[in-house]
Amino acid sequence: MSRKSDGGLNLLGLATMIFVVAGLYMAFLYAPTEINMGLVYRIFYFHLGAVAAGFFAILVVLVAGIFYLRTSSRAWDRVAEGSAELGVVFCTIALVTGSIWARPIWGVWWTWDPRLTSFLILWLIYIAYLMLRASARDDPRVARFSAVFGIVGALDVPLVIMSARLWRSISPVLFQETAQGFTFGLTPEMVQTLVVCITANLLLYFYLLAQRVRLETLRDEVIALRRARAAN
Amino acid sequence: MRFFRQIAAIIQKDLAAELRTKENLSAMIVFALLVLVIFNFAFELQGVDITVLGSGVLWVAFTFSGILGLGRSFAAEKDKGSLEGLLISPVDRGAIFVGKAVSNWLFITAMEAVTLPLFAILNNVSVPWFPLIPYILLGTIGFAAMGTLLGAVAASTKMREVMLPILLFPVTVPLLMASVKLTSGAIQGRAFAEVSNWFSILLTYDVVFLVTAFLVFEYVVEE
Repeated sequence: MSRKSDGGLNLLGLATMIFVVAGLYMAFLYAPTEINMGLVYRIFYFHLGAVAAGFFAILVVLVAGIFYLRTSSRAWDRVAEGSAELGVVFCTIALVTGSIWARPIWGVWWTWDPRLTSFLILWLIYIAYLMLRASARDDPRVARFSAVFGIVGALDVPLVIMSARLWRSISPVLFQETAQGFTFGLTPEMVQTLVVCITANLLLYFYLLAQRVRLETLRDEVIALRRARAAN
Repeated sequence: MRFFRQIAAIIQKDLAAELRTKENLSAMIVFALLVLVIFNFAFELQGVDITVLGSGVLWVAFTFSGILGLGRSFAAEKDKGSLEGLLISPVDRGAIFVGKAVSNWLFITAMEAVTLPLFAILNNVSVPWFPLIPYILLGTIGFAAMGTLLGAVAASTKMREVMLPILLFPVTVPLLMASVKLTSGAIQGRAFAEVSNWFSILLTYDVVFLVTAFLVFEYVVEE
């Protein structure tokens, strides 16, 4: 790791911090309170940001998996692993914040709404991915296994979303209601806040991913140095 | 032509090995029957409308029992060292995948062929064979393809018996949803137009994952 890339990392960290602070300010103070839902709606600024990062992470797992299989370069494997770990974190945040929001608004902690269902399955795919990595840790082919599973899991996501939608279309009450509530009726301030919050989450995702990859690279270097010393 | 001869040889090998002992298939059938029995008591199926819950029960029996067979398929190859033999022989990796997937599909289908009539008899439900059998055969294609790919992955991990369901179930959710919906549509005698969306999801799943599994399989088995 050269000093130059560390500088880039710090810059990314700084940008993340600015956006997170701005996002917090906007979500709590700048954005007006929603008439029907009241203050509780503000959790959606955090929720949607986590959703965006959670979805983005599986895309990175897919792309990194394909590149790993093509190049066999350890760097892509590190990216895929880090991205899957962050996927779990952001998906968990999204599920928990969604649940907290759903309790007062829908009156239930959980409902098999298409988006909730899809997200739960996505979360399970990430968990399975990490369990596979843990279970095959000593195998030199672990990177290939996880790349294959990552690709399969990511390709599964659109089909999960499609089938979850179709599943609920028999009783579309909730779906209609929420679609109305969130695609329409947003004031310009709300849209600005949303954009800042989603950007903040994505920046945080990239920053943590870069740190995670850096950590893994350093670990590999340490192992290589130890081996070299033991050989001498 | 060579490619298809290789596939045929692998299927023949798997069938010969299974027919000699019939261990795997009989275990799968007994397990599927047990699932039907357990569900009968768990849900008290006598009291409820079986046309509503039946398709779910049937597919749980199919998938749980299918996983048993899929898990054995590569575990047996690994334990006896025959996978190395297959890899050393001049056989295309794609042919190994297709061969294993087809034989897995045949075993699961054979189990389903016994389970479905048992389900119909035990629950006194008349099963419309025509639309139902194609649905089950198509649903089993995607399940066998994914199961073959992920079975090969799971067989190389430490906790192989546990790993396969953990890997396979999350990624077969759309397939399972579509199969259950199509099956209940058939049992309830609904028109095809009502379930045609599910049919497209099932076909899409089969095509997407047959192609994907075929393409990535070599990375899983290569040492």
